[in-house]
Amino acid sequence: MTPVLFWALKAALFLLAVAMLCALFRLLAGPSAQDRVMALDCLYINGMLMMLVLGINYASSVYFEAAMLVALFGFVGSTSIAKFLLRGEVIE
Amino acid sequence: MSATALPLWAEIITAVFAVLGAAFAAIGSFGLVRMPTFFRRIHAPTLGATVGAWCLTVATIAYFSVQGFSLFLHAVLIVLFIVLTAPITTIFLMRAALFRERQKGNTKVPPSSESR
Repeated sequence: MTPVLFWALKAALFLLAVAMLCALFRLLAGPSAQDRVMALDCLYINGMLMMLVLGINYASSVYFEAAMLVALFGFVGSTSIAKFLLRGEVIE
Repeated sequence: MSATALPLWAEIITAVFAVLGAAFAAIGSFGLVRMPTFFRRIHAPTLGATVGAWCLTVATIAYFSVQGFSLFLHAVLIVLFIVLTAPITTIFLMRAALFRERQKGNTKVPPSSESR
């Protein structure tokens, strides 16, 4: 691995960490419930992207299954919380 | 770390798209902090879910295809799933936010198309 790719991957990880911190700030400080749900949605997408970068960094394809699962369960969680905010119950 | 050295062009493609995707995700998340109201804020994180995810997928495909000498398409599954599901979550959240703001009597919500 040349220094170009090494430092590019480090920079990408740093940027994604900053993105996750921004989402975490909105998750903790969001004035309403829908703000927090949106921040959680953004947080898991950023975490999934970070997992893709880690997969390149360690040259291992195990991370993609983990990223797939994160995307799957994150979608289920965000959608059910949003449905709960809309109707007051998840399954009617 | 695998010892197989990649050709320089593959490493440059991977590096450029990885940094680009991460930068788009960071810009989108920073908009989440910076925008003043919920109805403006909901636009920002879609940048990371679309352009960010696609750029990182291109980087992943470039790296593992060159490294493994065969086309690596697992990562496309992830980004296709994100493309299908991110709008659903956003629509549900938007409806919930409109409903809750109207319940609270807030008149500053965006108007619905039927009411005029």
